[in-house]
Amino acid sequence: MKKKDIYLIGGIVIAAVIFFMIVHFVIQKDGAVAVIRVDGKIMKELSLSKNTTVTVAGYEGGENIVVVEQGAVYMQEADCPDKICVHTGKISKVGETIVCLPHRVVVEIRKGMCGAVENQVDSVVR
Amino acid sequence: MYTQRTNNMVMCGILTALAMIFSYVESIIPIPIPIPGVKLGVANIAIVAVLYAIGSAQAVVVNVLRIFLTAMLFGNLNSFLFSMAGGMLSIFGMILLKKMKGFSMIGVSVAGGVLHNIGQILAAVWIMGSSAIAYYLPVLLIAGVLTGIVIGIVAGLVLQRIRGRQR
Repeated sequence: MKKKDIYLIGGIVIAAVIFFMIVHFVIQKDGAVAVIRVDGKIMKELSLSKNTTVTVAGYEGGENIVVVEQGAVYMQEADCPDKICVHTGKISKVGETIVCLPHRVVVEIRKGMCGAVENQVDSVVR
Repeated sequence: MYTQRTNNMVMCGILTALAMIFSYVESIIPIPIPIPGVKLGVANIAIVAVLYAIGSAQAVVVNVLRIFLTAMLFGNLNSFLFSMAGGMLSIFGMILLKKMKGFSMIGVSVAGGVLHNIGQILAAVWIMGSSAIAYYLPVLLIAGVLTGIVIGIVAGLVLQRIRGRQR
């Protein structure tokens, strides 16, 4: 390993950290829509500007109560064993998710209403 | 003269086969990181070895062959586009860095790994029309550095063996 190698590696690591901070603090904006998916299929799209409470039926039974309150979303209650989704807390930024694995429920924040096509691509990639 | 050419030709063939096997083995090992594009890049061992043992042009040819053959045998159109974007960016970056003095195989291989990941992200942004995927870039940069270091070291070992045979 030569000196320039170390400069290169250091440079890339610094670039990655800077990029991460930009993404995290500057680009990530407040979302407008919460998309609720069960087993990959979109069940509901909720606007974050309206306070609501929705009960979602999980895959093969189970219930999750999703609450929209002042531009943020959280899982108020779930009858799953681990309650990870409830502990996730409030989310509001684009790209953030609440996942309830036992019920296969995913709540994701988006910029706007999305078509089903975009979602299919997403689920293939993951 | 003729022996040298024959020798290079055979070596290119062997290393293309090696790169394909690496690509295949890599595709059946699941990686526990839920991010598209994170790969070990083991096939790059063979590509870096060709780059140093034979030459730039041959390395490009071996890389293109590897991508075509792997996609035809084990992949699909999508995986072909992703590997092509990553592979091309990676190989030309490595050639450039090798031409510039002062980098060892590790530096070249790190650049290759990082550029491979950047290429895949660009392809993903283009294919899905969503720039949100670029949020994964920092993770992919770090992953590229780590795998690049390991692959650079292994490629160095492979190169020693190849040179040992040629003497």
